[in-house]
Amino acid sequence: MQFPFLSVIVFIPMVTALVLLLMKPEQKKAIRITALTAAMLALALSIWVYFAYDKAAAGYQFIEKYNWMPMLGISLHFGVDGLSVPLVLLTGIVMVTGVMISWGIDDRPREFFAFLFILASGVFGVFTSLDLFMLFFFYEIAVFPMFLLIVIWGWIKTREYAAMKLTLYLFIGSLISLIGALAMYWTSGLHTFNMLDLEHAAFSLSFQKIWFPFVFLGFAILGGIFPFHNWSPDGHVAAPTAVSMFHAGVLMKLGAFAALRVGIMLLPEGAKFWSPLIMGLALVNIVYGAFIASVQTDFKYVIGFSSVSHMGLVMMGFATLKPEGLIGAGVQMFSHGVMTALFFAAVGMVYDRAHTRDIPKLGGMIKPLPLVGIGVIIGSLVSMGMPGFSGFVAEFPIFIGIWKTQWVVAVIAAISIVVTASYVLLVVRRVFFGKMPEEFEEHIKPINTLDKIALVFLMALMIGIGLFPALIVPWVQSGVQHVLTLLGGA
Amino acid sequence: MQFIFDHILTLILFFPVLAAVVVLCLPKDNLKAIRWTALGASLVPFALTVLLWTQFKAGQPGFQFQEQYAWYAAIHSALHLGVDGLSLTMVLLTTLLTPLALLASFNITDRIKAYFMLFLFLETGMLGVFMALDLLIFFVFWEIGLVPMYFLINQWGSEKGEREIWKGIKVQSRNYASLKFIIYTMAGSLGLLLAIQLLGVLFNTYDLQTLYANWAALDPNGAMLHFFNRVLTVSTVKTIAFWAFVIAFAIKIPVWPFHTWLPDAHTEAPTAGSMILAGVLLKLGAYGFLRLVLPLYPAESARYAGWLAFLAVMAIVFGAFAAFGQKDFKRLVAYSSVNHMGFVVLGIAAAARASGTLNANIALNGAVLQMFNHGLSAAGMFFLVGVLYERTHTRNLDDFGGLFPLVPIYGGILIFTSLASLGLPGLNGFVSEFLVVRGSWPVLTLYTAVAMIGLLFTGAYILKGIKYVLHGPLNERWAHGEHKLTEINLREIIVMAPLMALILVIGIYPAWILDVINKAMMMLFH
Amino acid sequence: MITFLPILPEVLLLALAVLVLILDPFLKKDANRRLFLGMFTAAGLLVTLTLSLFFARPADPSLVFGGMVRFDWLGFLFKMFFVFAAAVTALFFMDTDKLNQRAEAYLLLLAATIGMCLMSSSADLVMLYLAIETTSIPLYILAGFLTGDDKSTESGFKYMLFGALTSAVLLYGFSLIYGFAGTTSLYDLGIHFSNFDLLAVGITFLVLAGLAFKVSLFPFHFWAPDVYEGAPTPVAGFLSTASKAAGFAVILRLLTAVFPVISTDWSMILADLATLTMTVGNLIAMAQKNIKRLLAYSSIAHAGYAMIGVVAFSQLGFASAVFYLFAYMLTNLLAFGIVGVVGHVTGSDDVSAYNGLDRRNATLSLAALVAFLSLAGMPPFGGFVAKFFVFSAAIQSGWIWLAVVGVLNSIFGLYYYLNILKYIYLYRTENQDEDQHPLPVSRPVAIALVVLVIGVLLIGTLFGPWFGFANHAALNLF
Repeated sequence: MQFPFLSVIVFIPMVTALVLLLMKPEQKKAIRITALTAAMLALALSIWVYFAYDKAAAGYQFIEKYNWMPMLGISLHFGVDGLSVPLVLLTGIVMVTGVMISWGIDDRPREFFAFLFILASGVFGVFTSLDLFMLFFFYEIAVFPMFLLIVIWGWIKTREYAAMKLTLYLFIGSLISLIGALAMYWTSGLHTFNMLDLEHAAFSLSFQKIWFPFVFLGFAILGGIFPFHNWSPDGHVAAPTAVSMFHAGVLMKLGAFAALRVGIMLLPEGAKFWSPLIMGLALVNIVYGAFIASVQTDFKYVIGFSSVSHMGLVMMGFATLKPEGLIGAGVQMFSHGVMTALFFAAVGMVYDRAHTRDIPKLGGMIKPLPLVGIGVIIGSLVSMGMPGFSGFVAEFPIFIGIWKTQWVVAVIAAISIVVTASYVLLVVRRVFFGKMPEEFEEHIKPINTLDKIALVFLMALMIGIGLFPALIVPWVQSGVQHVLTLLGGA
Repeated sequence: MQFIFDHILTLILFFPVLAAVVVLCLPKDNLKAIRWTALGASLVPFALTVLLWTQFKAGQPGFQFQEQYAWYAAIHSALHLGVDGLSLTMVLLTTLLTPLALLASFNITDRIKAYFMLFLFLETGMLGVFMALDLLIFFVFWEIGLVPMYFLINQWGSEKGEREIWKGIKVQSRNYASLKFIIYTMAGSLGLLLAIQLLGVLFNTYDLQTLYANWAALDPNGAMLHFFNRVLTVSTVKTIAFWAFVIAFAIKIPVWPFHTWLPDAHTEAPTAGSMILAGVLLKLGAYGFLRLVLPLYPAESARYAGWLAFLAVMAIVFGAFAAFGQKDFKRLVAYSSVNHMGFVVLGIAAAARASGTLNANIALNGAVLQMFNHGLSAAGMFFLVGVLYERTHTRNLDDFGGLFPLVPIYGGILIFTSLASLGLPGLNGFVSEFLVVRGSWPVLTLYTAVAMIGLLFTGAYILKGIKYVLHGPLNERWAHGEHKLTEINLREIIVMAPLMALILVIGIYPAWILDVINKAMMMLFH
Repeated sequence: MITFLPILPEVLLLALAVLVLILDPFLKKDANRRLFLGMFTAAGLLVTLTLSLFFARPADPSLVFGGMVRFDWLGFLFKMFFVFAAAVTALFFMDTDKLNQRAEAYLLLLAATIGMCLMSSSADLVMLYLAIETTSIPLYILAGFLTGDDKSTESGFKYMLFGALTSAVLLYGFSLIYGFAGTTSLYDLGIHFSNFDLLAVGITFLVLAGLAFKVSLFPFHFWAPDVYEGAPTPVAGFLSTASKAAGFAVILRLLTAVFPVISTDWSMILADLATLTMTVGNLIAMAQKNIKRLLAYSSIAHAGYAMIGVVAFSQLGFASAVFYLFAYMLTNLLAFGIVGVVGHVTGSDDVSAYNGLDRRNATLSLAALVAFLSLAGMPPFGGFVAKFFVFSAAIQSGWIWLAVVGVLNSIFGLYYYLNILKYIYLYRTENQDEDQHPLPVSRPVAIALVVLVIGVLLIGTLFGPWFGFANHAALNLF
């Protein structure tokens, strides 16, 4: 038997969290080092899995299956396909960079890292689970630490409200999906939660039509789909830096991914029936999100709403049900994850020094924080879909997919590109260029080495993918192939 | 050596990026090293281009030195490069102007590492557009070039000047100009992007040569898109796509009425930025017309050639009038670009209307040569304005006057370049404008006639510029004391020398370059 | 030969009770008395648990002692849990002032446990009634044990009054059943109740009312908050878990034995009851500022969730209900244990007493985190899996709307549980000097809490075997 990579990846953070909780709270340094080491280990393993994944063979690989509860057909069943393997990698990346950037947290770091790692475990679990029950299990594990992380370490003004809103939204979404999933379980008559089997359950058309909206939208709430996107900007803003990174970088992908895996892949006919609706909602996401983002004055809200807009593109890609659209959505999940992680890291660095995120009050930050400025610039270019950066590699195929489905949507969605370009450029200029307000003179300290490593790492990823799409696309493509088979060829 | 020949385009294209990375690694304080590294590095693509020019077989149809690498296999896009006479000319222009622009930037001291890196990136962006044989790659480079230019204007543009945008809210002019520049261009490319997507969806490839053939072969009455119950026929869609392309390129050229970003951007850009902006970036639009619009939409182009010619003439006439009306020397030169690029579009319009005829060919030759020529003279003009501005910190024509005796060498160079821009026979501008007018006269007589009025005013504003700067009563301010005007220095002369040489050479012996252009045009639009 | 194996736990409990009674006069009235009483009871209960687990496991279900007791897995499982709950409660007792010096308290606890054990296995109306009273009367006393405390007295008295009233109603129902059917054996009654007629409805309502009181189903829930608030905290914990579970054991047995063919009308009524119970409990809980009242309302809501499993009326449904009760018992005992600790140190049961708890005692806060998240139904704690099974059963039987109601209710629940976590982790004490006020936990309570936390985690992760037991119990019923 080969080394159980996936279960090790899933449980490393969980075990680390327990270890951290057993350490003395005073040993802050040891706690941080333990956290970073564990995160690195998880990243190393996910990199290994990423590159060891056989794209040519496609399908689910690194499969591990342990019977957990045979009576109901629940098993601890891990495996990755081309769609999930980049997301596992993404989680590893965000985890490491998140820990690096949270190095300075001084209030109860033990609990902070422990909760963050429980969250990470849940995320890894969702991306790798091939068992519907376990998927929900890990999904919920990913949700609740969020509450604590935001409430305890969040932005003092809105943290209570935002954390509660976020948790309730996500919880309700997941439970709605859960009901749908249970309906699938009983209707299939297979007595298994194994998604590989459920994929072939051949649910009746009417069943799929009824249940698809529940399952898909329930998860898509976490993906920030309109009109249930409201929790997300609030949550982003209130969360501490590393949590925002996780939240926007990975958690929203969690929703989108689960919506794909459970919604579209298990109920393909339902997806076909409802795809115009999803498309409509996603279109609102894209355009409305971009417009709302452009009128924000809080740096973090700008990024929060831009995430809504970008996640709309992911949903849009799904809704096309076309190979290009799905590939684009898959790449967009990764690209957006890296991008927002970088954005939030950068915002956090600025905020830690200036103690404000109000854009009109900032300025000239590029002088003291050159690397942060460059990071935000590159992030902005990614977010406006500038060719040569990962955003373009993701968005272009999505648009191709839309063209193949309904070209009018593509035309409307394209508006968001210009809107996005205008506001991100304005924000960059106002925050990083121009004159620095006097009260900041001498107060802005340079960032430390760990921060720099994290930023450079994220930047390199975005440029790398932008220039060499082959670094990720073949993986996604192999995963999409399987989705298309389920959708009945094409 | 064989390796160089096999990969000459990629080498030219990506060498600047490599150089930028090297510059990145240099110490921040060592200004000298950064400047000379960047300049030296930018000479390599130029040398390679000259080599390319010598190896290029003008008579051979199709694209030469083709290279193809997998890029985005999932959507069938590949890094496909190649040159023909048209792109070769443009590549030469780019690789020639970049070192000159870098040399012109030696007086920059603020964050020069970033500055030179951006310039090198910009060069790659522009070269990529000229070399791309894949529509998506074309677009990629088309957009990438915007970013460095945006930051060059935004960060190193002139620091003075404010602009009221909305009820008393004022912004720095350079911020306004740079944002206007990028948003205009991006908004313009939106239609292009959508049209490209449409093509990609239809043919599953972005390879230009395949697209030329397939796109034209579509049945014009066939159904293509559905809008609810409406069916859009191929010809309707083609017309829409045609205009999408045209608008994108027209903004870039810029054609009246899409030109308003240009004077702002030019005025605010640093000197070298203006040189490249006028010298190469505007050509991207015209190149787009020749490389994409005419071959992809011959029928539509012919049908709407009148409109195009109308816009071109408006650009020529209004550009000239506007230039004449300016008080700001740099704005004057900027509007002159609108005026001159109008001739390029006029030539293109004529060629579109009468595709395949001799007249069309002449007009096209003129247009392409005009692109090259304008690149030389506009870059020179902007540089000379920059030289003056650097010493006087003003661009207001009223502040000058009678400078000739103070700076005779500068004055001579300015007059020489201005006259080239004016279209004096014996200098390059004359050759190309004559060809354009000669080609379009039989095809678009009325428009050409009106354009001639514009030509008249070209003379007027150029002479006005010379008069206000060099002649008339001497403004005593520049004669003595701390503001005493100094003569153009050696570095600046070195920048101007190649430009002037080429201006003269093409004016007297245009055949060496026209031969390449002509053969390319013959093969492209026979 | 009559074997005592089927009632081995009860016998051992009785022996333990007698031992406690005998030892009491010989113990000095000093600090060690507390330690000895608690430890001795807990250890005795553990011995009972172990012995029963090894020797008193039922094979096939059978009626023993003249049909008074049914020896099956349902009874056995519940007994084990009652004994376990009693052991934990005994440990909690040790930290409760005025209770921990008194042997009577431990004695009453044991007596109530015996009653519960009998409740879960009795197969005869007479036996059942006796068991219920054996459970209730000691609990009345325990609830009002703190005689100097008005609230405790009120609590005990209230509990007794309502308990007596519902017992009377229950007894009336039983008498009617006997009158019409002519038998008191549960397993012979089935044939008399196969039709949904007025008589059956009337009788069943009477019986149900009595049992609903025990498990605090709507509309017989209103006693719970007052009683829990006033009763000593460990007693409240015991009331809300073991006593409630015992009631459910009876309900499960009655429903399967007496109404094997349940009609849709019946299910509908039960479903409505479940809905109302959940909703009322959760909604009112949201407004509570006293943690014990909050937990009281939450325990009402949890009874509603468990009822979903009952409504499903399938093997899976009953198994899930049993599983739910186990998970709930562990979790709620843990919650009340923590409330007891905090109340003991701060002298307050108000939620504001939890301000800055994390800074005062991080480990205790983690235990609280586990308890409240498990109550909210979050993995990897027991609550999630329990809810999952219950909803699953509901959907299997076609009760989709009920599952949806349950889901919506979980959201309410999540809201107020998370709110408590906010007090624990976010808010600070008035002077922000938590360092000066540590919150120590005595060893016995710490042991109990650790055992419970591990239990909650185990039932939430390695749920397979646990569900296997619950399923076995349900299997024996059909």
